[in-house]
Amino acid sequence: MANTIAISRAVPVSTARASRDRTLLLMLPALVILLLMFFVPLVLFFVRTFMEFEGTTAQFLAQAGDLLLSQPYLTALATTNWIALIVTVTVLLIGYPIAYYLTTGKGPGVSIVVLAVVLPYFTSIIVRTFSWMVLLGEHGLVTDTLRAAGLIHEPLSLMYNRLGVLIGMSYVLLPYMVLTLFAAMRGIDASLLRAAEGLGASGPYTFRRIYLPLSLHGVLSGALIVYILSIGYFITPALMGGQHDIMIAMLIDRELEVAVDWPSAALMSLSLLLVTLVLYALYYRVTDIRRLIGAR
Amino acid sequence: MMRRWSTNLLRVYVAAMCVLLLAPIGIVVILAFSGDGYLHFPPSSLSLQWFRRFFGDPQWQRSLLSSLIIGTIACIASTTIGFLAAYTFLRVEFLAKKLLLSLMLVPIIVPSIITAIAMYYAAGKLGLIGSYLWLGLCHAVIAMPIVLLILLAALHAVDPNLERAALGLGGSRLHVFCRVVLPIALPGIMSAMLFAFLASFDELLISLFLSGVYAQTLPVRIWNSLNLQVEPTIAAVSAFLIAVTTLILLIDGVLRHRRGGRRRCASA
Repeated sequence: MANTIAISRAVPVSTARASRDRTLLLMLPALVILLLMFFVPLVLFFVRTFMEFEGTTAQFLAQAGDLLLSQPYLTALATTNWIALIVTVTVLLIGYPIAYYLTTGKGPGVSIVVLAVVLPYFTSIIVRTFSWMVLLGEHGLVTDTLRAAGLIHEPLSLMYNRLGVLIGMSYVLLPYMVLTLFAAMRGIDASLLRAAEGLGASGPYTFRRIYLPLSLHGVLSGALIVYILSIGYFITPALMGGQHDIMIAMLIDRELEVAVDWPSAALMSLSLLLVTLVLYALYYRVTDIRRLIGAR
Repeated sequence: MMRRWSTNLLRVYVAAMCVLLLAPIGIVVILAFSGDGYLHFPPSSLSLQWFRRFFGDPQWQRSLLSSLIIGTIACIASTTIGFLAAYTFLRVEFLAKKLLLSLMLVPIIVPSIITAIAMYYAAGKLGLIGSYLWLGLCHAVIAMPIVLLILLAALHAVDPNLERAALGLGGSRLHVFCRVVLPIALPGIMSAMLFAFLASFDELLISLFLSGVYAQTLPVRIWNSLNLQVEPTIAAVSAFLIAVTTLILLIDGVLRHRRGGRRRCASA
């Protein structure tokens, strides 16, 4: 041990470098497992599935083109994007005031709101979906209450249709939006707001001219993350949707489970994956990932 | 005047939203204690019959055991590996750090149906469908980004000078790592373990594809039941999963508190 000290005093630079290189090795297990168990299977799935196609490249491309222009695919694509868009906007409108309250509010109220956002966030998606199935079902709480109040007479169809999907997905994705917005809003310098107030600006004016513009990058990050998660969504629409609510992820699953058509499933997966990655790249530019590792 | 009015409006709105956010979870928990023979809210009487059926049924027992085994494997593997990576991210400067981190977070972003199919494809080729160990490791891959994010935040607060001091006082690298770095990072590591376990415990799609008939986890059983006929036992299973989540959040709250307390001591 005494030797180590002597050496590190004598040649500090080279020891520092050696120890840096050795520390870098600690990254290796994570890289290996991610590579072998995530990236390699992903690439293999696409490459091998396409390789197994018998026929020329031209035939393959023609078939791929047919598939990507086929009616079920285009319908699912439109449905997926439409649902994702509505869910993103809904969740943004509902979530913004909540995040605003979380950053500006004080006292025990804030802890309760944090709990109300975080508990659903960490509750299993299938449990959350199940709870809405109970609420919205034909003899669910919502229909029963409305009927008791005399507002409706026929059982209302709130599930196995678009509305059910939108409600269920918005519920599942709202916490992502609130937490992203909260992270961005927390970075807004409160002294700017006090300065505006001191200079005589009204509350709404300060909000519109200072707070809102400063929170916009959070809005963009939140919208991107919710949109990304929405377009790949499977569980909630599969359980709560009807015949007209087939989203891309469900179509992919159906190709595999029902048609056992690996090439089609791979092709649709690839298109979904590419869109997701492009949006993620955008998210990566908007959101400051570096903050996580403390670099400025 | 105007200001107070808008603040109150905001409060009322946020309170209403909190009710809306918590109500579905509360209703499931109440339904789990229903004494009725079918799912109806509000229940006309209360009983423990559905919990008895859940814990008494050998098939549900096996699913619970599968979930626990797979969750434990995922939790230990992802936290160990993720901790080493997080430590390296914070202590060493290297090229393209930000890019590497964002690559390591990709598993959360890729739609889970695609991840599940790709992993199913690989497991099929390797003959590993239905293997607890493999499913646990697959879950570890999905949990790793979460572990990484939690540990980056937790380790960020640990002063690197403490390590330098220990090294300067003659500790070996390994010794310093075990006696200084690990103890200080312990609350963060425990939080990461809890959430890694939870990520696996709640995961559905990968389990659905990889479990085969033997290693069916709780979410897989719930899924199958919801697709066929909704049995009221699901409410009890859901309430159990909610209880696990709540417990983990509570423990994490305590750990966070201790971490915060330690930080305050250090800065004082």
